[in-house]
Amino acid sequence: MFTRNLTLICAISALALPGWAQDASRTSAALPETLEDTGERAPMEVPKSSAAEIPDIAPAKNVFGVGQPATEEQIAAIDIDVMPDGRGLPEGSGTYAEGEELYETICAACHGSDMMGVAELGAPRLIGGRGTLASDAPVKTVESYWPYASTFFDYTHRAMPMTEPGSLSADEVYAISAYVLGKAGITSTEPDSVMDAAAMAEVEMPNADGFVSDPRPDVGEE
Amino acid sequence: MSETERFPASMYGPAERRMAEALVEIERQALAEAEECDCKEGMFNGLTRRGLLMGGVAIGGSALAGGRARAEAPPGAIEYDVQPDPTKEQGRLILDDGGYGSRSQFENEVRWRYPTASLDSSWSMTPLASGRGMITPSGLHFERHHAGIPTIDPQTHELILHGMVDQPLRFTMDDLKRLPSVSKIHFIECSGNGLTEWAKPTLKTVQGTHGLTSTSEWTGVRLSTVLEMAGVQDKAAWILAEGSDAAVMTRSVPIDKAMDDAILAYAQNGEALRPEQGYPLRLLLPGYEGNTHIKWLRRLEVSDKPFMTREETSKYTDLMPDGTARQFSLEMEAKSVITFPSGAMKLPRPGFYEVTGIAWSGRGKITKVEVSTDGGATWREAALDGPVLSICHTRFRLPWTWAGEEAVLQSRAIDETGYVQPTMEQLVAVRGLKSVYHLNAIQSWHVAPDGEVTNVHA
Repeated sequence: MFTRNLTLICAISALALPGWAQDASRTSAALPETLEDTGERAPMEVPKSSAAEIPDIAPAKNVFGVGQPATEEQIAAIDIDVMPDGRGLPEGSGTYAEGEELYETICAACHGSDMMGVAELGAPRLIGGRGTLASDAPVKTVESYWPYASTFFDYTHRAMPMTEPGSLSADEVYAISAYVLGKAGITSTEPDSVMDAAAMAEVEMPNADGFVSDPRPDVGEE
Repeated sequence: MSETERFPASMYGPAERRMAEALVEIERQALAEAEECDCKEGMFNGLTRRGLLMGGVAIGGSALAGGRARAEAPPGAIEYDVQPDPTKEQGRLILDDGGYGSRSQFENEVRWRYPTASLDSSWSMTPLASGRGMITPSGLHFERHHAGIPTIDPQTHELILHGMVDQPLRFTMDDLKRLPSVSKIHFIECSGNGLTEWAKPTLKTVQGTHGLTSTSEWTGVRLSTVLEMAGVQDKAAWILAEGSDAAVMTRSVPIDKAMDDAILAYAQNGEALRPEQGYPLRLLLPGYEGNTHIKWLRRLEVSDKPFMTREETSKYTDLMPDGTARQFSLEMEAKSVITFPSGAMKLPRPGFYEVTGIAWSGRGKITKVEVSTDGGATWREAALDGPVLSICHTRFRLPWTWAGEEAVLQSRAIDETGYVQPTMEQLVAVRGLKSVYHLNAIQSWHVAPDGEVTNVHA
């Protein structure tokens, strides 16, 4: 509200503040300025191209003189995805024992020390449920349903824990992966067993072959 | 005097302060020009109100037409005193809403949040029962998010396109707005729409059973435009879209779809996207399940294989009775629902009613909608409001005279591929009761002799 009032004052006193709208620390937009003489609102600013240089503009060839090359550093800063064949797995490692400690500290509050989930928190169960998918009461967990270990790493790394998403280091996620997949009976439960990129790409999930492609339309054809 | 001092929080609520600020601004504009001209006739009501304001008299006072009453108005509305006879006093001032409109204080439709355990990962549903035509107001468009709604300054937001392209590219929002653009009217439907209804009728209203579909006009850059700028390599088959919310939401999309009709959308219904709809940038994949329309889009990565993200493996996959699960069920099949009369309404008396609802298909245009009032025994063709657009809500209407007898209202959509919306029985026979997603069966509303309308399976 304070900012809003500030911007209103700017409008009221017709102060021109070039660059105001470019303030990186702004918390909201200023109202459009008023034009001299008529008092009309200024129209939107014409969008600027971030391109450093104007190349040979040729719209027919999709050369618009707009945008800029993305550097490897810029890509690496946000390229966090991990694929089933191990592409994208970062360097690092963690053990089952380290994972147990991390899990108890970071994960157990929502998912439970027994990994059975806490329904009231919306935190799903992580292990168990094998052999239930064809039953009347299927239990879909990392153990019983998830087809790729890479997905567990990717998701835990990008979005967990809920209170501090994206805060876990690669080593921590490897360790937590070792512990959860171990408790799920998928990988070793030896305290010193190590999870890293090579080990992760080798993990075979119980339901890896449980998925089929979309066969629809399966009903409703005239 | 600063505006904060002039309109202290102790005396003015936020809406009142906005109105007061707007009044000052109008006044300033009117006073800015020394010489009077005819053009201002009627624009500004002189110094009376200025005197009121400067004198610190509360603007809610009855001296001011359209002043504030004390009760709370519905969201999106400002509560004004109702005038005993609006023909006998001036109405409220132009621009007293600050220059951005509000709805009538007598309209109260709101989205409804499905009671998930977590407020961070939840969804809110469009009040379809009161919807008119085919467009959903932006503020009533359903939302689904997995980690809250981020607040993003478009001046600092960027989109990076990389992977199997000749030249990785980086775009500011300004960059994207300089590129050739398109505006298209499309529905988005969450594939979880109706997930409570597989086994038995569960929710009571059409908002609860079908409120995860909405239609807007979307404006942005064709994804193919930026992909062609970057140069897609031969082996490319998929593209990952990633959001910049706390879920860093990711989905894989076939590259053919990306090159076909996908849009990098920055506008909705003629203005910037709403924050809960992905401001400042979302992916729009016409006809695909809602989760793939990644909001707060920050990254696109072209690849030869799908990325197998959480939302395309552990979620948004349809478990079949044999224990296998269908994956990448991306297109939303034809579906329709009667929105009036619908669940939890009560018809006050026998007589004429216009049965109306919406039909849509992720595979193209709706060609026909049929309506039954006898639970599917007989069908009549409903009138479709034009223009009928591809991958868009289509409004249908059928006049109906209710004689006061028991009735079961159903609608059945047919799209241009010849696909006929199935019955619940047909769908369950093939898919069982555990697939969660992609329920597009015919909806039944039971009308009792006393006029009560309820959700039933028929």
